[in-house]
Amino acid sequence: MSLSLIWGWFTDPANWQGTDGVPNRVLEHLFYTGLTLLIALVIAVPLGAWVGHSGRLRWLVTGANAARAIPTLGLLFAVSMFVGPLIKSDLAFVIPSITVLVLLAIPPLLSGTYAGIDSVEPAARDAARGMGMTGWQVLSKVEAPCALPLFLSSLRSATLQVIATATIAASVSLGGLGRYLIDGLASRDYVEMVCGSILVALLALVADGVLAVIEKRAVSPGISGRATRVARSRARNSDPHSEPDSDGADRTDPDPRQAALVGSRSTGPVEATAATGTPSERDRT
Amino acid sequence: MTWALDHLGEIMSRAGQHAWLAGVPLVLGLLIALPLGWLAARQPRLRAVLLTSTGLLYTIPSLALFILLPPLLGTKILDPVNVIVAMTVYTVALLTRTVADGLSSVDGSTRQAAVAMGYGSFARFRAVDLPLAVPVIAAGLRVAAVSNVSIVSVASLIGISQLGYFLTDGYARSFPTEVWVGIVACLLLALVFDLVIQVVSRFLTPWTRAVAT
Repeated sequence: MSLSLIWGWFTDPANWQGTDGVPNRVLEHLFYTGLTLLIALVIAVPLGAWVGHSGRLRWLVTGANAARAIPTLGLLFAVSMFVGPLIKSDLAFVIPSITVLVLLAIPPLLSGTYAGIDSVEPAARDAARGMGMTGWQVLSKVEAPCALPLFLSSLRSATLQVIATATIAASVSLGGLGRYLIDGLASRDYVEMVCGSILVALLALVADGVLAVIEKRAVSPGISGRATRVARSRARNSDPHSEPDSDGADRTDPDPRQAALVGSRSTGPVEATAATGTPSERDRT
Repeated sequence: MTWALDHLGEIMSRAGQHAWLAGVPLVLGLLIALPLGWLAARQPRLRAVLLTSTGLLYTIPSLALFILLPPLLGTKILDPVNVIVAMTVYTVALLTRTVADGLSSVDGSTRQAAVAMGYGSFARFRAVDLPLAVPVIAAGLRVAAVSNVSIVSVASLIGISQLGYFLTDGYARSFPTEVWVGIVACLLLALVFDLVIQVVSRFLTPWTRAVAT
């Protein structure tokens, strides 16, 4: 297997047009992934939020996690065999696959949402109640922002899981990039298989990268610890001993107070997420 | 049920292959992740680099990795070594973080007490930090074991013999019983792995039992 063969495949115009062209396969893969995540989010997020908020039906989360031990390939084949014949149209191949993908995406999203809400410090929740917030306000204004880091990291792992399984689903006739791997295998075209694998790996890496950026941007600065750092560096800059500039006197007064305020507000959730071990949060704190 | 009984010999031999393909990477992965996790727990800068790079490897979908490894390793596509290497990569990616977290979770005063008693850096790691991190590492191993057993079955798509064969073969022959046998066998194997890790973990941490009773 030489690199020139791979290069040849990628530069062959025939591989860039039509149903079996790279752009169409990438779009198909993204479409299945997006559709699956959308359905799974609609089911898992309200359910996870409710379980976390009310503390009821926790076994749902435990059960969903235990279901992860079912081999994905087996689930894919079993559902296709039972659901496929029931559907008479062209969708006979798409619906079973999407069903399995949704089933696989729900456990991480459910436990991520639940764990996020569950890890909110009781003191923060009590304070919100004490300020007169209703149950809904506590959920949307306090619990949801605090749960965001854990939820987003579960969204990342669910996305990767769906992209990987959508590839495997080509073996039950789903479109997408997995077609190159499965069709290449059937026709013993190893170059096509390798090129398809490169594309799948790239798609997964790019999707993960995009979600990582969203994760960094979307999380409230008070929770991610960014605010503490900014406030601390501001406090350091405004220290009259280190930087005696002209307006130093104006800045020293409000800034340390602000730093203390932001700092105390953020330490709670930061510790809570650190204890539960969100991947990206732990790297930063 | 009768089908499963008739093919018990084949099921057992494939389960053995499956256990080998999923189990060897667990041991290898742990052996590689221990030094990596130790480094990550000591050096915050290295931690970010190590966890990001292993995380990127974990991102690559399994079927793609099974196909990409042969040209990289110079092996044949049907060589089970590809699966062993791929699963080891995933195990290392999962466990490096777990080992680092486990070692960092050791109480600061315990660590200082060990230093005061004259433990050197390596001796302390072996005799104090590592044993105390066993419960966290075992939890990570359990996750890795269950996911390994599931992912190994995917390798049957490229023709590597293990329990996944019953899934692909049953689907190709439109024979649901065989698919169910494959699923149940995979679940049972995952359960066995899980139990073994829990038993070993309990055996290695006698102090947790002493408190409980």
